[in-house]
Amino acid sequence: MENNPLSIQELNDKARQVRRLIIQMLAEAGSGHPGGSLSAADLVTALYFNVLRHDPRNPQWPDRDRFHMSKGHACPLWYAVLAERGYFEKKELMTLRKFGSLLQGHPDRRTPGVESASGSLGQGLSVGLGMSLAARMDKKSYRVYVLIGDGESQEGNIWEAAMAAGHFACDNICAILDYNGCQIDGRCEDVMGLEPLAAKWSAFGWHVIDIDGHSMQQILSAYEQAKTVKGKPTIIIARTVKGKGVSFMEGVVGFHGRAPTKEEAEKALKELA
Amino acid sequence: MSEQLFQRDIYGETLVRLGKENKNIVVLDADLSSSTKTCLFAREFPERFFNFGVAEQNMMATAAGLASCGKTVFVSTFAVFASGRAWDQVKNSISYNNFDVKIVATHAGLTVGPDGASHQALEDIALMRVLPRMNIIVPCDGPQTAEAISVAASISGPFYVRLGRSKVPTIEKPVFTFGKAQVLAEGSQVTIFTCGVLANEALLAVKNLSAKGISARLINIHTIRPLDTEAILKAAKETKFFVVCEEHSVVGGLASAIDEVVSRDTPVKVMRLGIRARFGQSGDPAQLLKEYNLTSLDIENTVLSGIS
Repeated sequence: MENNPLSIQELNDKARQVRRLIIQMLAEAGSGHPGGSLSAADLVTALYFNVLRHDPRNPQWPDRDRFHMSKGHACPLWYAVLAERGYFEKKELMTLRKFGSLLQGHPDRRTPGVESASGSLGQGLSVGLGMSLAARMDKKSYRVYVLIGDGESQEGNIWEAAMAAGHFACDNICAILDYNGCQIDGRCEDVMGLEPLAAKWSAFGWHVIDIDGHSMQQILSAYEQAKTVKGKPTIIIARTVKGKGVSFMEGVVGFHGRAPTKEEAEKALKELA
Repeated sequence: MSEQLFQRDIYGETLVRLGKENKNIVVLDADLSSSTKTCLFAREFPERFFNFGVAEQNMMATAAGLASCGKTVFVSTFAVFASGRAWDQVKNSISYNNFDVKIVATHAGLTVGPDGASHQALEDIALMRVLPRMNIIVPCDGPQTAEAISVAASISGPFYVRLGRSKVPTIEKPVFTFGKAQVLAEGSQVTIFTCGVLANEALLAVKNLSAKGISARLINIHTIRPLDTEAILKAAKETKFFVVCEEHSVVGGLASAIDEVVSRDTPVKVMRLGIRARFGQSGDPAQLLKEYNLTSLDIENTVLSGIS
């Protein structure tokens, strides 16, 4: 199914709406991960509205492009975007993390549109690699997009997957790194340094695109460029701000895994109005 | 002497046969394809075989991704790595997702022999048994391996199939039915339970006991999950006590599985022969079975001590 692409302005509006939903869901749930959900909001919104070939009414359409969120703790973002695209009703969002909910605290296949569970970090890029190899064997043209985190990139499994995708020359994979620079215990560079990241991915045989992860223009161009790369996988290193869109959350490590209080949520929603 | 076969040879040959019938089968290995014998499939169907190098975690999670796209994925490496090294990937990406991934782990148990403790999986059944949805088969010989692999390919969902390294004698036995215990010998005083390559040792023990006038039932639990609780409860009612022998830790394996069944409804004495809080070591398989009290004589003596 082809989608009608949105304009940059419309995408920015959608992303703002997605951020509002993230805040509302997390405030209602009382726990969860706002920082990394907000930082990747522009990347995932653009993907679902302008890039992915998918059909929300038929989530199992065999030829769909695959998206997998390896940094599973940012699932409020995934759920908000899936609801915005009509995979399920928006009222479900307010059941996040509650007993019996369609929306588990970390991704689970009971949610329409979720391809694979995640939450234990480092495995999602490998899952995407499997999808990529399946497409190759079946001579299908679908593409595979995997969102990974920067803290997550400290997992060895990420680099095993990076090595294998390079080795198998999987040009139908596009990894998206939400490089917000923060993890639970502090700044990534203080906890366990990742740099030089672009050089590392390049050395593993990947095409690297370095962008501002909050510029819709740059995001869309990067996705387009990734489609044209042949013989190697692509990673979009998206420089983002943790908690983006809410002034008192931006760059604040503490909001990695703490939900906003009701008061904080009200304040945040005013900023995102 | 009966026919002696490598279970992994049979595995490789069965994969090739299944691969011809079912184009959906994909096989993955982690640099051990010549040992696990997935190399036979690789030779026949190179486009459906992927070698992941020495990276088991990536291999397991990639298997999940392939399965999410409708593939039936066989994944092989040594049992120590399949169960231990990549356990979290098996749990979260395969078992939790309920994907159609068949983990066929070779070189399990002490009988790996000279490679020593780091390569002897003595806890893999326990590690797999705690995972919801994971089916577990431990075939006792070559022909049963072929049956186990065919069954795993025909039933959707995750499987763990445990194979040994060394040749094992073929045992005459009734038809293999997934999830149904095999009674290898009828008996009324004691029931001996076993699985895998120790079945032959247990069979010898039953013969020796019979010569001494002791009637021992021998049950081969080739399918550890789903477990044939009916056969176990029947044995608990009809025989006085159990001896369970396995090439595995006494914690969490076959003996634990059986104990969990009888302790609730039909308490019966369960004597465990297995590895007790020790690591393995180098040696010939026969030497190791002797050192860890897993020979037919050990089984026989355990039965005798249980009777007296």
